[in-house]
Formats: sequence, structure tokens, C-alpha cells
Amino acid sequence: MKILVCISNVPDTTTKISFSSDNKELNTAGVQFVINPYDEYALTRALELKESLGGTVTVLNVGLADTEANIRKALAIGADDAIRVNLKPTDSFLVAQQIAEVAKNEAYDLILMGKESVDYNGAQVHGMVAELLGWPAIVPAIKLDVAGNTATLEREIEGGKEIVKVNLPIVVSCQQPMSEPRIPNMRGIMTARTKPLKVVEPVSGEAKTQTEAYALPEKKSGVKLIDPANAGELITLLRNEAKII
Amino acid sequence: MSVLVFVECADGKVKKSALEAAFYGHQVATQLGTSAVAVAIGEVAADELKNLGQYGITKVLHDTETRLKDYVSQAYVKVVAAAVEKENATVIVLSNTNIGSGIGARLAARLQASFATNVVALPELAGNSLKVKKSVFSGKAFADEVLTAPTKIIAVKKNAIEVNTVGTHEAEVESFTASLTDADFTGAPRETIRATGDVLLTEADVVVSGGRGMRGPENWHLIEDLAKALGAATACSKPVADVGWRPHHEHVGQTGITISPNLYIAVGISGAIQHLAGVNSSKVIVVINKDPEAPFFKAADYGIVGDIFEVVPKLIEAAKALEK
Ligand SMILES: Cc1cc2nc3c(=O)[nH]c(=O)nc-3n(C[C@H](O)[C@H](O)[C@H](O)COP(=O)(O)OP(=O)(O)OC[C@H]3O[C@@H](n4cnc5c(N)ncnc54)[C@H](O)[C@@H]3O)c2cc1C
Repeated sequence: MKILVCISNVPDTTTKISFSSDNKELNTAGVQFVINPYDEYALTRALELKESLGGTVTVLNVGLADTEANIRKALAIGADDAIRVNLKPTDSFLVAQQIAEVAKNEAYDLILMGKESVDYNGAQVHGMVAELLGWPAIVPAIKLDVAGNTATLEREIEGGKEIVKVNLPIVVSCQQPMSEPRIPNMRGIMTARTKPLKVVEPVSGEAKTQTEAYALPEKKSGVKLIDPANAGELITLLRNEAKII
Repeated sequence: MSVLVFVECADGKVKKSALEAAFYGHQVATQLGTSAVAVAIGEVAADELKNLGQYGITKVLHDTETRLKDYVSQAYVKVVAAAVEKENATVIVLSNTNIGSGIGARLAARLQASFATNVVALPELAGNSLKVKKSVFSGKAFADEVLTAPTKIIAVKKNAIEVNTVGTHEAEVESFTASLTDADFTGAPRETIRATGDVLLTEADVVVSGGRGMRGPENWHLIEDLAKALGAATACSKPVADVGWRPHHEHVGQTGITISPNLYIAVGISGAIQHLAGVNSSKVIVVINKDPEAPFFKAADYGIVGDIFEVVPKLIEAAKALEK
């Protein structure tokens, strides 16, 4: 089993978001960057599959050198080796092209990634990679098992789930309760230093979108409190004032 | 040149999120001085499709091939791509659902198109580009994104735009087929298990949600009764699903599902940032918590500081008394 896990480097979810004075950049000062939480489900499921079926897990990140701390973390958790495509990821399509290029030259059985990144919430890269490779994409998946050349998955649908059986290779996007993310231990951290991290230059590609400016949502005007003794008044307010029910 | 809307259907009906996409597509078409055509896949009542005329759709291409009864991304993308080609569409509008964004992503790669998800407003025209506003950082911010490729795909976030009907005209329904092969159907579902409950969480306009403050599953009738009286779906926080009081598909938040109903009522939920990430784009948020310092009150529009077991029965009574 040869598995590729794509990880993205995102601000920790507890980060208070703010932007530069021209609103063009995220203020990264003091922000801790982590492996995208959904990607951690992909990574740990990949490691579990490797542990039961044998094989290798490679992590891939499209990013500049500042993402290497999180790539090393993925190696410390148990991935065998890593690839960094040396490109600032400004657009999903650009990222997908790089991933597809790496995958084209290696015979991966599975490409796993998170359902979406918690920064741009695009939920696009998996579908794009699958299309570029001509593979099926099962997104978003909450369960993944592999036996021989066949994967059995549970895919979340609006209001339920579907059970899918499909031959490898496939692209899968992962979400809870796919696996229980792991914390690296001391031994993992030590061995991660010696594991191979290959840096490759990007293939040429063109971004199809450009982020022009960011904005914060308007502040809520504050909560209107209702006396618990007259709780029913809330329903009246929701109908007559908020006009929402 | 035209605008093509992918209309998502389920159980023989056009989904509400698809009506939003249809109206959005109509508005974009008006901006561009063209018309909006829809494509629908699978079994759905003809009247449902004709009714799309009221949302500004002039024509619906309907593919009823039986193999398409379940969603398979490659096959669906082929059908939509064929419709794009037939209608010479330069803008494609979809709903920001698992299916909609799944189709959008494959289609974008296939057509070398610009693709924006989580879009919350109508686009601005900027030369040959469109500028859209989208929700980013798990609802903590917005981004203005310029779609620069000749073909543009937009996935519209639920409840983000106000839908109006535009007259009473009926859309013309035309049957349509794309040449699909068996290979397009690899990964077709073996079995589909639908959640029980009257209202689907992802489609709901009103959601009543319970947290650890509910103390146990034996108290969930309070959540269910309030939901029933308001025609709402039910949801929960992560620890509630983790201990098995409620199924995982009800868990909302950063690691659960993201929803944007018109009204979100949080009962006994503290409002941790990971929970807020899944619900903060709800239009109106109501918080019921006995702790006045619960962080959720900062994100709330209405709040009651009080004990669930005293407050919720009063709400149920008042909601039942509403004239529907
Ligand atoms: C990586 C990560 C991802 C996460 N993802 C999610 C996610 O997707 N969704 C999610 O929900 N959480 C998520 N969490 C967990 C999150 O941080 C919180 O722990 C969780 O949301 C708390 O759930 P709660 O509010 O139900 O419980 P608690 O924090 O225990 O809060 C219970 C609340 O109920 C109130 N209460 C108790 N009794 C009563 C009463 N009788 N009447 C009125 N009020 C009462 C209390 O005052 C309290 O505010 C995540 C955490 C991490 C680290």
C-alpha cells in the first residue's frame, strides 16, 4: 500500500483573525501554524492502514520553507518520508496541479487529504486532483477500509451516509470520525529528523483566482437578554422583531 | 454565452439550496445580459422543474439516465460539462453542498475554470472577471476573490442570499443525455443510509442544538419538542456525539458539519471557538445557558441566562402557541 497524504499549514483554529492595514494579508505575527485538523484524520488513517497492511506513507505539502516544522511533525507522528513543493499556495487549482504532478510519477494507491482547510475552506483540491489524474474521488469520507485492491468507504451525504466500494487508486477527503489524531512522542520526534524530506520545484501553472482583500464580519450589536421567568417572550421577539420564525 | 445552474434534487424534489442557486444564477445572468439555464440529474417531478421558471430559469436540461440515480462525481461532472458545452455557458452556479462543491472542483479542473466556494453575495463585474465575496477562516472573515479564467464556477453558501420569485412563468424542460461509459460510474454507492428526523440538518432554516448542559440523552425530548414546534432540525456539540448521546452526523463545528441556518438555538452549549466555527454564519443566534460568562453570549443575538430545565419547557409552550 503506497499512500500519499496531503497536508496544509493553517493558523490554529483558536487564532483571532486580523489583517494588514491594506486588508491584503493575514497578520501572521503571533499566529501558530498547525497541520490542518482535517488533514490529521487523513494522516492517522493512512498510518493505521500502513500498520495493518504494510506499505509506505508519504506526506506532501505545497508551501514555502516555513511549513517544514509541520512536515517534520507529520514525520514524527509516523509518516515515512515527505515532499515539499516549493511554492506559495495562492489558489486551489495551482496546488492541485502540483499534487497531481507528484502523483503522476509515483504509483500511489491512495491519496488522502482533509475535507477542507480551516483557513480558506475551499474543499476543492481533492476533486481537482482526482479529475487531473482521472481517478474517482470519494468526498467527504468518514470511514475507509482497504482489502486487496478494493476500498470500502462511508461517504457523508447531506442528511445521511453512503457506503461505497471502489477499486484503487482513489482520492479520498477525510473528516471525523475517520480516525483519532495522534500526538508525536519523543522517539518519533527524534527519528523524524533523519527521515527524508525532499524539496521539489513547482511545475508551471496558472492561478485561476486572486484574493483581492479580506474583511472581518460586522460586529454583532450585542446580545439582547430575556428574563428567564418570561422565557416565552423570546419566541415573540423571534417572530415580531427578528422576523425569523 | 449563458449562465448554467446545477440544480440539486433529492427524493424527487428540487432542494431548497438549489432554488437559491437558481435565483443567484438568474441574477448573474441579468447582470451579464443573458439567460439562465439549469441542468438537473435523476428522477424529479416535472412540475418541480417547471417551477424553476419562477426563480428566473428559462430552460431545464434534464438527464434521467437510470445509472445516474445516485451521485457519482465523474458521471455527474460529465453531464454538467456536456450541458456547459451545449449552452456555451461561461458562468456555472452550484450550491455549496458536498455534491455541489464536489462537482465544481472536478469541473474546474476539466474546464481550466476559476472556482469559488462558500460565496455569500452576488458578484461584481470587473472587465472579463467576476469578483465574489466568500466566507473564509471558518466564518471568521470574508475574502473578495477575483475569478480570472474565461469560465467561472460559483458555489453559493446556503441562506446567504435572499430568494425572490420573478413572475409566474414556467421553465421549459428538455430531456438531455451525455455519453456516459461504465467507467464513469466507478465508486457508485452500494447502499444509502438516510438520517432519521423530519428536517434535514443541512437544509434546515431553523436548528435547535444541545450541548453537554443537557446532561444526558434522556433529556433530549426537550430539544426535539422545541425543534418540532419550530419546524427545526436538531444538532449537538462534539462531546455530545463523542459520548454517544447523539449520532455523529448531528455534530456541528470545526470537525463536524458547518451550517448556516436563519436561526440557531444553542441550549447548554458553552460556545467554544471550535463549535462556533461550524455555526457562526447563522443569521440569528440564540443562546440558553445558566452561566452568564459562557463565551457563546458574545456571538449571540438573543440570550437567556437560566436553567435549561426551566427555560426550554416555556419556549416549547410559547412555540406551540404560535399561529403557523
Ligand atoms: C481540534 C478540536 C476540534 C473540535 N471540534 C469541535 C466541533 O466541531 N464541535 C464542537 O462542538 N466542539 C468541538 N471541539 C470541542 C470544543 O472545544 C468544546 O469542548 C465543546 O464545543 C464543548 O461542548 P459543550 O459546549 O456542549 O460542553 P461544555 O463546554 O461542557 O459546556 C456546557 C455548557 O452548558 C451549560 N449548562 C450546564 N448545565 C446547564 C443547565 N442546567 N442550564 C443551562 N446551561 C447549562 C454550562 O454553563 C456550559 O456552558 C473541538 C475541540 C478541539 C480541540
